[in-house]
Amino acid sequence: MAFRIKTPGLATTVQDQGRFGHYNVGIPQSGSMDQYSAELGNALVGNSVQDAVLECTYVGPALITDHHVVIAITGAPVDIKVNGMPRPQWTRLRLNAGDELSFGVIQGGTRYYIAVSGGIDVPEVLGSRSTYSLGVIGGFKGRKLETGDEVAIGDPINNRTLSAVEAVPENFRPVFTKEQVVRIVLGLYDHRLSVEGLDNLLHGEWTVTPVADRMGLRYSGPGVTWKDREQPFGAGSDPSNIVDAGYAVGSIQIPGGTQPIILHRDAVSGGGYAMVATVISADMDLVARAAPGTATTFRAVSQHEALSAREELSDRKNEAWAAVGATR
Amino acid sequence: MSGPELALQEARYTWGADEFLFVEVSEAMSLAANFKVMSLAARLSDSNLPGIVDICPANASLLVRFDPDVLPPHTLEKTVRAIERDLTHHQEQTLQTRIIEVPVWYGDPFTAEVEKRFRDGFHQEPEGTDVEFAAKVNNLKDSAEFIERHHSQPWLVSMVGFVAGLPFLFQLVEREKQLQVPKYLSPRTDTPKLTVGHGGCFGCIYSVRGAGGYQMFGVAAAPIFDPAQALEDFKDFMVFFRPGDIVKFSPVTETDYNSIQRQISAGTFRYRQRPVTFDLSKALANPERYNRELLEALNGI
Repeated sequence: MAFRIKTPGLATTVQDQGRFGHYNVGIPQSGSMDQYSAELGNALVGNSVQDAVLECTYVGPALITDHHVVIAITGAPVDIKVNGMPRPQWTRLRLNAGDELSFGVIQGGTRYYIAVSGGIDVPEVLGSRSTYSLGVIGGFKGRKLETGDEVAIGDPINNRTLSAVEAVPENFRPVFTKEQVVRIVLGLYDHRLSVEGLDNLLHGEWTVTPVADRMGLRYSGPGVTWKDREQPFGAGSDPSNIVDAGYAVGSIQIPGGTQPIILHRDAVSGGGYAMVATVISADMDLVARAAPGTATTFRAVSQHEALSAREELSDRKNEAWAAVGATR
Repeated sequence: MSGPELALQEARYTWGADEFLFVEVSEAMSLAANFKVMSLAARLSDSNLPGIVDICPANASLLVRFDPDVLPPHTLEKTVRAIERDLTHHQEQTLQTRIIEVPVWYGDPFTAEVEKRFRDGFHQEPEGTDVEFAAKVNNLKDSAEFIERHHSQPWLVSMVGFVAGLPFLFQLVEREKQLQVPKYLSPRTDTPKLTVGHGGCFGCIYSVRGAGGYQMFGVAAAPIFDPAQALEDFKDFMVFFRPGDIVKFSPVTETDYNSIQRQISAGTFRYRQRPVTFDLSKALANPERYNRELLEALNGI
């Protein structure tokens, strides 16, 4: 069983929950940028939360299945077509052998997901099927899909039977908007910011620039200033420089004090720019959905609040799976 | 323990939201700071604390990723602080590691071609080459003297990261002899794979092709990141370097370089390497004498 890629789309990659435990040698976690949307696709098609999906970026692929399969498209709003006929999103779809799946124009957000019963079947590398393009590992030959690729689909036989619920209820679908409030925990090198710099970070309006990918998102806005100091040995001359250190995933660095960068799931694991805050784990999916132009404010919360939000998200995922009659 | 370089203050503990603990051992780079980071990382790893996802030792700081559903933040902080307190009394003086000879083609055509594409608006001195600029800012006579300084004394892998398998290198010489070169004014969008680069006080070897801001002096002749794990040196893991490795660059000619490429294709290439015990106090007391001792390990392989 396989999908034959007729046109690949802009950047279609195989992703799962990610590859953990190798960040210490610079191999990032990777995985679906919008984990919530990706896993609800798996819920609809009777997969486990670990199964691999296809992540489509802005422009999706056109593909033909060589076997009858059960699929679901979740994530950013987009027109879905099967043999040219419109089909609903967040809903279980059945394709027959020879059917062609294609997409219209994305109507918001950044990425949508194709989940297929049985999961995308590529070899695991270091415990994950996720694509890390820069390192050319994981996924389909370590790269985004190209025309003519035959992407294998796993055997759904071992999967549990499909529930009677065919779609994710409306209230469990994320909202894709052009305004976001992203919760952050200040820390790391926030003490290096001047009073005005910190004020700009927390009260300024920041806009997602087109320089945004799986590695990170760059924002434009009022900029920040730093406290004066004599730079320590090895740190580099700019006040935004530090002695190269490990980068937390979700951390915000502001090279030169101009444009903040939020590192995301394909993060570089370290470098020489001061991080001043970190996006809470519960808001990483939200950031992943931010298209260029999204007006963003950063709201500082405590680590305690971050942990509560993490618990709420986990509960919400469990409820969403239950709502489609599946167990996470 | 004595000597000003060893007198490190207590580390600074701070959080990267709900999944990361950051421990800054020192604001400034030093061998002693890196040694303390490696000791913290090793002991934390030995503790086998459930809920630790990643232990990432860096030049002068440690980043720990944890799963707060398993390991509450305060338990992790308490554990690392206890390890740090213990280290002030029983800091390891030595590190069991290896010394590796890394062949480098200085002044190669690959970096030269990329260098030419990134001059105006990227480089401090667009008229000259990276190595000419590096020689000048270090008050050296010419490029040849810079290259000689670059490969005559060994380097310590003080951190692995940025991208998969990229080693940051800190030269094992007194601070006043450290080669220091500013990074490009604006980062390049391209760097050849295996470029030997330098930014600030750090050397590096780019493991994959991509963006980069370090000055470029040459290319390493053999792979350092091999996802296919074809060569013997990659049998256990696709990444070659580990923090604490000691690197001796060895200049090679075009002919040597081509011969190494044939060995790689044939699957027979192996890095010349030997296990060594690295002694911090000896390295700090008289680096050059101690380096001679370390380099002897590579003789007669």
